[in-house]
Amino acid sequence: MTDHLDDLRSAAEAMFAGREPHDAVPDPELDTLLWKSLDETGFSLLGVPEEAGGSGGTLADAAAVLEIAAAHLARVPLGETAVLAGWMLAGSGLAVPDGPLAAAAGDLALRRDGESWVAHGWLPDVPWARHCGHAVLLVPATEPRLVLLPLRGTPGVAVHPDTNVAGEPRDTVELTGLTLPAAAVRPAGPGIDQDAWEIRGALLRTVQLAGAAQHVLSATVRHTREREQFGRSLSRFQVVQHQLAVLAGEVSAMQVAARAAVLAYETARATAAVAVGAAKATASASAHTVAAIGHQLHGALGFSEEHRLGAATTRLWAWREEFGNEDVWHERLGAAVATAGPGGLWRLATGRAAEVGP
Amino acid sequence: MTVTGRGRAGTTLDLPVGSLPPQAQSLRDEVVAFLADELRIGGFTPRCDAWMSAADPAFTRRLAGRGWVGMTVPGLYGGHGRSPLERFVVAEELLAAGAPVAAHWIADRQMAPSILRLGTEEQKHRYLPAIARGECFFAIGMSEPDAGSDLAAVRTRAREVPGGWEVTGTKLWSTGAHLAHAIVLLARTDPAEGSRHAGLSQFVVDLPWPGVTVRPIRTVDGEHHFNEVVLDAAVLPSDALLGTRGAGWEQVTAELAHERSGPERLLSTMPLLVAWADALEKDGAGPAARREVGRLLARAWTVRQMSLAVATALADGRSPAVTAALVKDLGSRFEGDVVETVRRLRRAPVRRGAADGVERLLRDGLLHSPAFTLRGGANEILRSVVAGHLGVR
Ligand SMILES: Cc1cc2nc3c(=O)[nH]c(=O)nc-3n(C[C@H](O)[C@H](O)[C@H](O)COP(=O)(O)OP(=O)(O)OC[C@H]3O[C@@H](n4cnc5c(N)ncnc54)[C@H](O)[C@@H]3O)c2cc1C
Repeated sequence: MTDHLDDLRSAAEAMFAGREPHDAVPDPELDTLLWKSLDETGFSLLGVPEEAGGSGGTLADAAAVLEIAAAHLARVPLGETAVLAGWMLAGSGLAVPDGPLAAAAGDLALRRDGESWVAHGWLPDVPWARHCGHAVLLVPATEPRLVLLPLRGTPGVAVHPDTNVAGEPRDTVELTGLTLPAAAVRPAGPGIDQDAWEIRGALLRTVQLAGAAQHVLSATVRHTREREQFGRSLSRFQVVQHQLAVLAGEVSAMQVAARAAVLAYETARATAAVAVGAAKATASASAHTVAAIGHQLHGALGFSEEHRLGAATTRLWAWREEFGNEDVWHERLGAAVATAGPGGLWRLATGRAAEVGP
Repeated sequence: MTVTGRGRAGTTLDLPVGSLPPQAQSLRDEVVAFLADELRIGGFTPRCDAWMSAADPAFTRRLAGRGWVGMTVPGLYGGHGRSPLERFVVAEELLAAGAPVAAHWIADRQMAPSILRLGTEEQKHRYLPAIARGECFFAIGMSEPDAGSDLAAVRTRAREVPGGWEVTGTKLWSTGAHLAHAIVLLARTDPAEGSRHAGLSQFVVDLPWPGVTVRPIRTVDGEHHFNEVVLDAAVLPSDALLGTRGAGWEQVTAELAHERSGPERLLSTMPLLVAWADALEKDGAGPAARREVGRLLARAWTVRQMSLAVATALADGRSPAVTAALVKDLGSRFEGDVVETVRRLRRAPVRRGAADGVERLLRDGLLHSPAFTLRGGANEILRSVVAGHLGVR
């Protein structure tokens, strides 16, 4: 299994290397060339069952590729397509349409109109919507529904562009009397609800945070070896070496947490919420240290928009907030300890017992 | 490790996720049940940092009776032939419960593996069965007055004499030497030719031994955990040498890699954290305290996953040195974080004479906290180890 993941990582490495942005100028464009390769190789739907039109493989496969995509600051909605939209569609018996997909959860006014549905609503922060042909929307309710929204050239749909702090598209989708065919609205499949959405989204961003953090570590190690002051490389100064070691510690924690959470999610659903929550809390909290040390050791150069470092650190700043920042998850984990009863904290820390409800 | 300019931006510290073998679950259940029984009959009182400071030879022998001391030692040498990951499970449950495991900790954690790897047949038969019976405790004699972080500066000399070795020198901070049946020494046998790491060797000295004096050194908690060990022309038999003459540095370094990443590097204050979280719920926790419980759980979960990943890698015969050093740095800071968080949210003075409950655990955790980031190598030294692996030294 590990060998297989190694092969996958090498293949992903080859695909994403060289696709990084050159600088930290916000760039909400889609890397269409990269998406084409992802599409052709099937990476775009990794982890989505073949029966549903995906490429097969596991979530761990998708996560391995996503970690590397994030390390190369790829400008594609790979996670949204494979891990969120693909998961919801396949799990609810809907076919997966071509092209990059947006995914969101939110309230929508849905009304039946004969054979079809009419939708009204306002969905903020939909990642990459402007570049996607469709968005998969989870409408949470006692009986959650899944809606496949066409985003382009359809009357009743408007996509208002907006971005997160990294400049990635986080658009608002406005529906004003959009007519949907009956087949586009389905009961959400088993296990697909608001809680599951939040956990899976948190897992996705945790993996991406770990990837972006690795970018910062590599860049900072490289920079401190190349940059000379006082007649020697910055990396010759012990205080710099120790800052790099602290940085490496946080990055390693993020990476191990992300990978362990993926494994827990795949093998132990009952305790996955604690694993994912702990991992997202770690990744969100460590993002600050990683960005701060990375910037400090890059000096003014890293603060300039012409340098690529900012593309990684602004992603850390953006992703740490999405699907619950550390404060949100700390609260949920604290509540889980409370319900787990005496000794519960240690049982949860070792992957036993109890639920954590958002 | 390829965090260099070339190569893959995505692969830095790559470490596969750790995982426990299937039989770990039932083993864990057995240990949990044993500990519950022990607590019920008053077999022990949970302590913070119990692996260093709570020695109870009778408890050790009860554990040994269950097969939980010298677990990884092969049956041939009186052990139980279990995997290092099974030992990991037993160790973490004992540590989290604050069970008094200090008596055998060093023997079980590092001397049994070390003797197994380096010892002669005679040494293996002599020490390993006794360790597994919970009847042979060890101390470590590495540090000296002038050799702390700079361990290669040790001055203790071992001179070859007819039939053995004559050893003179002073060892400091030897934890548990006053209870131990043997101590492992790092001493200079030969000149430091070419490198100051050359010419060092390891010896096993049975205690008590003529010419060896063990004197207590009290710590800030007022207790006697560690010692000064003075060797005054002590004559050791030739078979006291452990491993290869002159290879002491490499041997000790390998030992430290195992020593640094174990669950004890993050769990010294887990008994306090668990007791505090339980007490909060009994007294009706406020939202701020709950969030802090959640924060510490997230950190504990993460650092444990790192420790488990290292343990899994070690069990597979790999040597993830960077991550091992990182576990100690992150883990030991987490231990201190627990103490500081509980103290801050508790908002009450900690009395020296605290008799029970969270306050007693907090007192012990607080008074021991300086040790967390020192023992096993100061965290600064570990950061230099990490930097070395990042290719910046
Ligand atoms: C509770 C406890 C139990 C112990 N048990 C044992 C035992 O059983 N056997 C044994 O042999 N030893 C034992 N030790 C000793 C332990 O290994 C040493 O304390 C440790 O290696 C540090 O050495 P030192 O105390 O002499 O500090 P020093 O070497 O004097 O260092 C003091 C501080 O200076 C800084 N420093 C030193 N060198 C560097 C450097 N190169 N770069 C940056 N900063 C640096 C660090 O902050 C360090 O903490 C124990 C220590 C403690 C606290």
